[in-house]
Amino acid sequence: MGLKNNLHNLKEKYKGTKMAPAFNAIHTFLYLPNETTHNGTHIKVADDLKRTMNTVIMALVPCLIFGIFNAGYQHHAAINAAKGIATEVSLMGNFLTWDNFVIGAWTVLPLVIVSYVVGLAVEFVFAVIKGHEVEEGYLVTGMLVPLIVPIDTPLWMLAVAVIFGVVIGKEVFGGTGMNILNPALTIRAFLFFAYPTWMSGDKVWVHGAKAMEGQPDAISGETILGSLAQNQTVAYDWTDMFFGFIPGSVGETSALLILLGGLFLIFSKIGSWRIMLSSVLGAVVMGLIFNGVVDAGWISESSKFYGLMSTDFWMHLLIGGFAFGTVYMATDPVTASQTNKGKWIYGFLIGFISIMIRVFNPAYPEGVMLAILLMNVFAPTIDHYVVQGNVKRRMKRLKLKTA
Amino acid sequence: MGLLSKKDSKLITDPLADNNPITIQVLGICSALAITAELKASLVMGIAVLFVLGIGNVVISLMRNIIPSKIRIIVQLIVVATLVIIVDQVLKAFAYELSKTLSVFIGLIITNCIIMGRFEAFALGNGPWRAFLDGIGNALGYAVILIIVGFFRELLGSGTLFGIPVLGDAIEKTGVYALGYENNGFMLMPPMALIIVGLIIWVQRSRNKALIED
Repeated sequence: MGLKNNLHNLKEKYKGTKMAPAFNAIHTFLYLPNETTHNGTHIKVADDLKRTMNTVIMALVPCLIFGIFNAGYQHHAAINAAKGIATEVSLMGNFLTWDNFVIGAWTVLPLVIVSYVVGLAVEFVFAVIKGHEVEEGYLVTGMLVPLIVPIDTPLWMLAVAVIFGVVIGKEVFGGTGMNILNPALTIRAFLFFAYPTWMSGDKVWVHGAKAMEGQPDAISGETILGSLAQNQTVAYDWTDMFFGFIPGSVGETSALLILLGGLFLIFSKIGSWRIMLSSVLGAVVMGLIFNGVVDAGWISESSKFYGLMSTDFWMHLLIGGFAFGTVYMATDPVTASQTNKGKWIYGFLIGFISIMIRVFNPAYPEGVMLAILLMNVFAPTIDHYVVQGNVKRRMKRLKLKTA
Repeated sequence: MGLLSKKDSKLITDPLADNNPITIQVLGICSALAITAELKASLVMGIAVLFVLGIGNVVISLMRNIIPSKIRIIVQLIVVATLVIIVDQVLKAFAYELSKTLSVFIGLIITNCIIMGRFEAFALGNGPWRAFLDGIGNALGYAVILIIVGFFRELLGSGTLFGIPVLGDAIEKTGVYALGYENNGFMLMPPMALIIVGLIIWVQRSRNKALIED
């Protein structure tokens, strides 16, 4: 029987000791426990927390693989651009190449490893201290984090941010399921406010740009949002944006793969379609309002908001981290609204506020992070009013009946 | 403890830990968040509050039997305001740069909840000596937290202590900066002070379970 039995024996051996949760976690992560509950009525379904988490990770894997190739591709494209050669993307020709994969894997995989090792270490320490089982919550967070940071983020910075995010964002509230803020976004927000020079500008989105800064062959790559915020013309057309051959955080560039991931989450009933749909609606409404303002001629071309305001409303959905945030982070079942009506309001406001922050605050080029964190805080309030509204309506009905 | 009786010395030691004005009573938070980005500012703020609260408590305690209770808040305010203006003027005269850093927060000592709290809760009902000890104790408890928070914020946020670089030069990339270390800009923002205060509260309560309330 091998490993499974060995683990089981270890579990028995350490039963009742402080280290027990650590062994239990490895055992139950890999195998079904030897003993399952026997008595009483139990709901028997396969989608426990572990299955849920693994489904989300499966939906994220395409983004990760694409991110690895894109890292290498952007690196080469930027080097060519510095030499004055424009790069035309071709999927087999210069995108899915071994060279790109090696460069990308060398930079992306350490991010993934650091994220998981540090995050799970914190989880294990807390499980041992508190004497409860290790929670699965970090499985998804650990995958999300490397996908939403710039490619060259120093590993120690990521480690510090992960410790901060897991401890302050989650453990102080009581661990998985009790957190108010999405831990992955807490980590991203910490990085953003703590080390702004590594999180924005035109040097962080392409591998190697920061290291070559100041050298004669220096390379750079501005994100689309960054260019628009400075009223510059964008060098990419909408197909590049849709397929994701653009600079950006590691795994959030490809709207196509995110869309597929989102459909997979909806199909497997892990992600809420209400939140995704209403968030897109919110973004479209805000985008249309801004387009309307531009069409009406209320702001001039010299305005610093012109670049982003005049961006077509549908293009807002493709650029930046909006799609990624909407599909994978706004739908986090712990921090989102729980009621169906609440989900509509919650999602709509995320989309609406994302685009608003994006346009009006060029210092924070990506609004979706802040919008989701803000709405995370408001989600319980939204739920409260939805529930109270329902109670009131039914009380009224009761009165009508009895009157 | 020859100088102080056991009861009196508790007046000083209690607010330092188990009845700390910031971490237990959660008073005086605003200034603790606002001015603790630098250790020097934290220290001066601590001393200013020490002065105002120590003397203020004595003054209020001496007047406690002649203040009509209906207007006691106004009387208290006048006492604090007088003392705060003295502090403010002294700082402006002898430490102008520092007084600019602290800006309105010296003036806002007037509204610091710790001061009114101690006047109301202690000075109005106790003699001047005990009131003095209580004032010193609470101000020290406040100052200790300010200095701890200021220490971490300045060290991790700017890499300096009292303005002296201790981690190397951030621009020339010497010391730890040569290894790729960077200052944490988040430390310089008030939210981080709130988180540090929260962490102190966390550590304190997990060491002394009696402080946990449900």
